[in-house]
Amino acid sequence: MSKFQFPESIASRPTYGSLKSRPGKAHLMIADAEGAEAILDLAAQDAGLMAKSHVIYIPSGSGAGLSERLRGLKPAQYYEGPSYAAAVPRIRRVLSDAHMGLQVYLCGTEGLMGQAMNEATAAGIPHSAIQTEHRGSIARRMQCVHCKGITENVTTDPFVCAHCGLNLFVRDHYSRRLAAFQGVCIDAEDPGNVPNPVELYK
Amino acid sequence: MTIQFNKETFRDDYSFRNSDWAIKRFPFPFHEDSYMYSVNMEQHRGGPPGSVYEKRFDVDEHYLAEMEDRAIVLAEDPLRCQSLPHMTLAGWDTLELIMTCKSEDYPDLFELHRDGKRWRWVNKPMGIDHSFTFLDETTLPCGPLEYITRQTQGDFAVLDQRDEMLWMDAGTVTTQADWSLDFDIGMNFFEWHAPVPMAHELGIFKRALKFLLNVQQGAPARRLNWTMTVNPLLDTSPENYHKWGIQKTTLTPENIGAKQHLRVELQTFFRLPRSNALLFPIRCYLIAFQDIVSVPKWGRRLHRVVRDLPDELATYKGFIANRPMMLDYLGQYDDGRPTSPGIWPDLETEPPLDMGR
Repeated sequence: MSKFQFPESIASRPTYGSLKSRPGKAHLMIADAEGAEAILDLAAQDAGLMAKSHVIYIPSGSGAGLSERLRGLKPAQYYEGPSYAAAVPRIRRVLSDAHMGLQVYLCGTEGLMGQAMNEATAAGIPHSAIQTEHRGSIARRMQCVHCKGITENVTTDPFVCAHCGLNLFVRDHYSRRLAAFQGVCIDAEDPGNVPNPVELYK
Repeated sequence: MTIQFNKETFRDDYSFRNSDWAIKRFPFPFHEDSYMYSVNMEQHRGGPPGSVYEKRFDVDEHYLAEMEDRAIVLAEDPLRCQSLPHMTLAGWDTLELIMTCKSEDYPDLFELHRDGKRWRWVNKPMGIDHSFTFLDETTLPCGPLEYITRQTQGDFAVLDQRDEMLWMDAGTVTTQADWSLDFDIGMNFFEWHAPVPMAHELGIFKRALKFLLNVQQGAPARRLNWTMTVNPLLDTSPENYHKWGIQKTTLTPENIGAKQHLRVELQTFFRLPRSNALLFPIRCYLIAFQDIVSVPKWGRRLHRVVRDLPDELATYKGFIANRPMMLDYLGQYDDGRPTSPGIWPDLETEPPLDMGR
């Protein structure tokens, strides 16, 4: 199961849609892990799409089969990176070379979509030209409000900040600028009283 | 009148105190014996002489101590003052507005001399006499927003207005009720209010936004908001919550009158002329419970408000665990008599406390 229906939440929490093929000369698709499945579905909507597309894919340990199937779509350009950070210079270059009308498709984990969204908007791509679709892990990218450190792939609430070691609870409050949710000390008023971690959305 | 500035602290030994003058002019936020969210907006066109509403930017006995506290916070965490690149002009607008208002409203404390773009600013309480070129950042020691807000009580959010929306794109925030400018900067009006319970469902934010988008130059608005703080701690930031949160557990029946403070925000809204941004000062006033109950009407009313507040709000405002102890204390100052409408202390007309009734 790679599609997850997030329950309704507060106004700062991002929501995601389903990728739709749009007309345009150039298309940039950025995906991680099971996000590849959304690209496969997208390609099936429009036979001519992939020949005009640049795919940037970060497998993140997901099955090799997805990479093979993406390649099999014969995108105009295809890149596979070992991590999001490793892909960033390429993403920036592609965005800086982009012409008016570029369509951007982001799919996979929230952390991938949030960070790539920042790159796209910083490069001047209008929101209306960017689509998102969540697939795969519901792991969150969390900022510790105390030390400001980012902990990637948080799947439990509470969790331990990878930087300062505080026990943090997971808020739905989300900063697009940081592409992260907010983590706040859970035992500040009762030090040491930390509930057992529970899987998010369980 | 000449203000005597207190030598006091908002941390460590917490020597902060309100004088009798400051207690009587405290902006008590409850106009009736109960509280629920509302868009309680009114024009900011002065108020009774001596009240905190009289001047556009109120200066009181805590001025110098609050500025020292702000300097400490900014030294520890410079991210408490931020301005996105497109907000510099709004920073100059802010500097001009505050300098103009303060020099007009407090001519004995502040002077502004303008000769074209050459300006001279004199802040007597802080011992500043500085000449600079308006709109030339190189002639100030820091950005214009930081420069003037290091000399003005209260937090400042500077809201850009575009696409029929307000955006939190700059600010100086060191006396906040548990929100982070560093996290919220760049958010729109609904996003930065997202964690507030109930008010979205009541349509509060939609109506407030509609009002604020239409605030005009020269016609500022204001409202009060409130929460509770243990110890007179100005910097109740999320950044430092892991350090100050524990203080909430230090209340006892013996110390609650001195330690528990009502925290009131006088929020004002000014349209800025060049940038069309909205300046949103959030001025924090603190008062100990023992000083509130020295005004019989306020003691009666605060007991009733705290007692009847929905659990969700008491939780959001962070005092649900201490509410029973607060009620034990405040109950001693509520004799059940009716209270007069409105926020004013009405010391001459309201009856003294009569617990023998």
